[in-house]
Order: sequence, then C-alpha cells, then structure tokens
Amino acid sequence: MSKRLTVFLFLLPSLCGLVIFSIIPIGTSLYLSLTEWDVIGGPPRFHGLKNFWDIFANEEFLRVLSNTLYFIVLYIPLILAAALGVAILLNNKYPGVGLYRTIYYVPVLTSWVAAALLWKWLLNPKYGAVNALLGMVGITGPSWLHSKSWAMPGIVLASVWKDVGYFALIILAGLQGIDTTYYEAAEIDGANWFQKLVKITVPLVTPSLFFVAIISVINSFQLFPQVMVMTEGGPGGATQVFVERIYNYAFRYYKMGYAASYSWILFVFIFAATLIQLKLQKRWVHYES
Amino acid sequence: MKRISVMLVVVMAAVLALTAAAVAQPVTINFLNFSSSGENEGNLQAMKEIFEAQNPDIKVNIETIGYGDYFVRLMTAVVGGNIPDAFELNFENFAAYASKGTLMPLEDLMAKTGFDPAVSDPNALNAFSVDGVQYGLPFSFSNVIVLYNKELFDRAGVDYPTSEWTWWDQLDAAKKIRALGDDIFGIFQPIQFHEFYKVVRQNGGALLSDDGTQFTINLPQNVETLQYLVDRVQKYNVMPTEEQLSGMGDWDLFAAGRLGMLVTGSWAFPYMTANCDFEWDIAVEPGNTTKATHFFANGLVIGHNTKHPEEAFRWIQFLSTSREAAEIRVKAGWELPAVTDPEVIALYTATTPPENKAAVFESLQYLVTPPVVEQFAELSDIIGRYLGEARDGFLTPQEALDMAQMEAEARIALK
Repeated sequence: MSKRLTVFLFLLPSLCGLVIFSIIPIGTSLYLSLTEWDVIGGPPRFHGLKNFWDIFANEEFLRVLSNTLYFIVLYIPLILAAALGVAILLNNKYPGVGLYRTIYYVPVLTSWVAAALLWKWLLNPKYGAVNALLGMVGITGPSWLHSKSWAMPGIVLASVWKDVGYFALIILAGLQGIDTTYYEAAEIDGANWFQKLVKITVPLVTPSLFFVAIISVINSFQLFPQVMVMTEGGPGGATQVFVERIYNYAFRYYKMGYAASYSWILFVFIFAATLIQLKLQKRWVHYES
Repeated sequence: MKRISVMLVVVMAAVLALTAAAVAQPVTINFLNFSSSGENEGNLQAMKEIFEAQNPDIKVNIETIGYGDYFVRLMTAVVGGNIPDAFELNFENFAAYASKGTLMPLEDLMAKTGFDPAVSDPNALNAFSVDGVQYGLPFSFSNVIVLYNKELFDRAGVDYPTSEWTWWDQLDAAKKIRALGDDIFGIFQPIQFHEFYKVVRQNGGALLSDDGTQFTINLPQNVETLQYLVDRVQKYNVMPTEEQLSGMGDWDLFAAGRLGMLVTGSWAFPYMTANCDFEWDIAVEPGNTTKATHFFANGLVIGHNTKHPEEAFRWIQFLSTSREAAEIRVKAGWELPAVTDPEVIALYTATTPPENKAAVFESLQYLVTPPVVEQFAELSDIIGRYLGEARDGFLTPQEALDMAQMEAEARIALK
C-alpha cells in the first residue's frame, strides 16, 4: 500500500500537468462543441449536436476537406521521396557530410513565420527566385499564391523544403540500422546500384517510412502557420484548411462552440487516417527479424 | 507637560499625514490599447503624462498589445472576468462587444461630467453608438480619399481630379494614364468588403436594408457597381490584376510612380511624404449617382463592471477630445484626432504634403458608416471572398453577389 502511495506521489507532478493541460481541456472542448458560445457575452449555451449539423450542411466544409486532401495528395509523395533521397545522399561517407546534415536540418529549426515570409518572396510571380529558375529552363512560372489552382502547390513546396530535414534524419537513422552484410551478399551476386536500392534499402527502411507517413499525414491535417502567413486562406478560399477555419471561428468570428466542433471533426479525421494507415502497413512495411 | 505636547504634535502630524495620504491616494485605471503599438507608444505615454498632471487623483496603467494578438488577449480578459477599466476597440469588433453587454453605456457618465458632444466629430462619435446608445468615444480616425500622382496626370495631359468628378471622369483619366506605358496603371482601389460597402452607396445601393433586418447584397445597383469595379481590372485593365500586381503592395506601386490614382486612407500621408519623389496631392472620391466616402475609426470604451467608471471616462474623454492629446497626434502624424477644434484642424491642414488637405475634411460631408453587424469579421470574409472571385474573373458580378447574398443569409444573424 505504501509502495503504491510512493509511486503515486512520484507520478503526481506529471499527472497534474497531464490533467490540467490535457485531460481538462479535452473535456472542455468536447463540452463546448455541444454549445453555442460567443465568449464575450456570458456562459456557453448547450444546444446539442447543432454545430455539427451546421458544419456538415455548409459547403465550406467540403471546400476545407478537399483543400486539405489536395495538400496531402501533393505533399505526402513529395516529402517521402525527397526525405528518402536526401537521407540516401547523407548516408554516404564523404568529407563534409556532417555539415550537409546540419544544413538540411536548419529549416526545421527556423520559425514557420520567418520561413513562410521567405517563401512568399521566393514564390513572387515576377520577382521571385522560383519563377526566375523556371524561366531559365524556358518555363513561364505560374502566379503561385495569387492563383486559385497554384496557391496550394506553392504552400506544398514551402512545406516540403521546411520538413525534409526532419524526416530525412529519421530515415537516415533507419538506413544506418541496415546490416551491411545484405549489400555485401548482393554485390557478390552481381546486383547493381539500382537493384540494391529497390530490393534491399527501400524494403528495409519501410518501418521508418511508415513512421514518416503517419507523422506527415497528421501534420498535413493540422496545416496552419504557412497558410496564415502566405495566403490567409485565399485566394477565393482555395487554401482554407481545418485549423485556419478553427482559428477564425474561435478568435475572429466569436463562435467558440462551432470552432470546438470543427476541431473534434478534425480529430476524427486524423484518428481515422492513422487507423487506416496502421491497417494498411501489413501490405508494405517489412520489419527485420 | 512638555513631553505630552510633543507627543500630541507627533500624533496630530501622523493623523494629518494619514488623511492626506488617503485623500491623495490616486485611483489606478487599467487601459488596454493596440493602436499605439509600434511607433506611437511614446506619443501615448506623452498624453498620459499630461493627463496625470492635470488629474493627480488618477493614475493610468497603459498596456499596449500589437494588433495581431490584441483581440485574443482581450477575449481572454473578458472570459477571465478581468475586463480592463478602459480599452480600445476597432469598429469591426465594436458592435459585437457593445451588443453582448461587455461595455458600459456612457450616457450617465456624459451627463455627470458635462461632456459636450459638439467637441467631437459627429460622424466619428456616431459610429460608436448602437441603437441610439453611446458606448464609446472616438480615439482616432482616418478617412479614405484619392491620392494622385501629378506628374502622370501632366504627362497624360489630364486635368487634376476635383470634387465634382464622377466615376466616369475618373475612368477616362485612368485610361489616358494607363496608355502612358505597359507598367503604368491608372488607378488602384481594393476590391474588398471595406471598399465595396461604400462604392455601392455611391451608386445608390446598399448591402443591408435601411432597417438593418435584411441583406440586399445582390441589388441591381450593387451588381452594376461590381461590374464597374471589375471592368476596370478585366476590361480596361486600368487597374492591375493580381497577377500584374504580383504581390506588390498598392502603396509601393504608387510610391514607385507607376500609379495615377490610389484610393486609400489618410494614414498613408506620412509614408507617401517619405517615399514619393514626385508631386502628389489628394481629392475627394468621385461618386456615380451620389457621393459617399468612408472612414476607419478606433473607439475608446469602458468595461461594464469597472470600479472606477468616472475616472475611466475622464481618461477616455481626455484622449478623445482634449486639445493636448489632439496636438500630440497631429504633430506625430498619428491619424486624425476626432475633434472639431478649429485650431487643431488648422494645425492638421497646415501640415503638407498633400496641399489639398481640405479634401480630408470635405470628404467627411459624405461619410457613410459600415453596416453594423455583430458578425462583422465573418461577413467581411464571406463578401470579400466572392468579390475576389469576381475580380479574378471566376464568377460574373451577378453570380458572385447572388452567392454572397445566399451565404450571408445562411450564416449571418441580423436583428
């Protein structure tokens, strides 16, 4: 009994933190999602599931969902390919590789606000570096953030640049865990560089890729700072996404209950996406041993 | 005996000191504001020092928060029950706060302190009342006028704009200036909610019915207005498209000498004075069937549950109407004080450029106020999105306004 008490006492500080900063806010937001609350005009008023019906009845929800999915469809393959490519390059032994690993990680440490402002300039249709580069190879660049169809790809580009270092690091750790004997055996059998990559490296790094896929899908659903800085949801609502809407409803439109409902819908989507990925992993993730 | 008298003196002195302290113990007023953040904190401090010297019984505790975080901070204060004694609200958020009972009605305080409404600009004062109840005093305001580049007008051989101009005079001038070069544009006027509610009034339209109970966003006059605005971009291209603008700000375009006319606020003067190396001046906005201009105002309000309403009111009254505060403002070029004091106005008018500062005051004759809607930010976002769709050619003006009308009806509660 006293042993249990000791354990409990030792856990108490972190339990307090958990209850105060996680459990209670989660409960509160669930309650708020069932209420109408304008924050400044008195206590919340309970009105059941009305927020949820309103959200689903509004075409805005479809727009937000399809914008988010558009981001995911572009971002996930790009970030997986880029992170894997960078990780493979950084996995070699050559002078200065430590420096390169640091350089790729620098954007991860940069604040999103600073990075997004930078990308706003890089993507400037007339004076930006991206279109200047495209111009060199004879391509007339799009108007990026000012165009309904190109604003989201612009945000994807910035996000890939910002996140690639982080995910490459995770994959690099996976790569370094691969036993070199596999490669030696393959070389003896006459496998070339490409065959080794496809038959050994990629399958054995799938656990890391799986982790990267899950984390990046969750991050994609929570897309926010880059949108707020680069487009504020525009042009014409083309980059309105979940968290951007939640922020606006809560802090600009005085609809805290509605915002809470939106965030629970977001939670359900993230939860479902993660469950599906967990189910699908058997088809493509190979664990050693 | 001697000792007793000494003691008596000591005791009396102590009692006197205590009473004096009790009398002089000043009341502290908490004041939350955003508009001094950045460049004008020193100017607000200067106003506070004068106020405290004039009112030794009041101390003001100023808290300044940047605009970006201000309303989240204020919201938290309201939920937590720590409403500041006095604080600043912009017009967008004013109606929401006033109608939720967060603000103290000022009628009693105005009567008690003998507030004379004649010292305040009537339009600015009126902006901070809801249903006839005054909830705020104007802190500062700026109205919108037309800036024009004299050199481009000269080169195009067009007469300078006058107060008699209509939309069509302006469009003609813009076309001639546009013809000066590929990267020279005639006019820029943002196609967004804050402009649109006014431009429709220039054409006899309105976004809300007179009694404020119904949306009238897709009235024929409004569609015609949007068509006119969009034609300037799409058809005549006297105004740059988003792509032609490619992220360049309208102020920069004007300062670069590539824009004939810019519809913007009087708060642009210090920037243009510092950045334009050509002659420029201002004119009253043109109208179509009638004239209409608009303004932006920040108001000073009092929390509904303050313990010191009178002291708080004296402070906001000082900020809003005193000559001292107004002079600091004018000298700093910190927007326009909302006062009618002729000396202050003379001081403001004497500060040039622009030469024609009188246009700022002439514009005030035609002021229209934005629709007073609790969900102001949401309405402004909804309408702004459809206006953008029309400007960029994705929807016709009729379609855009029909859809805006439907969405506003579905989403925004009116009285």
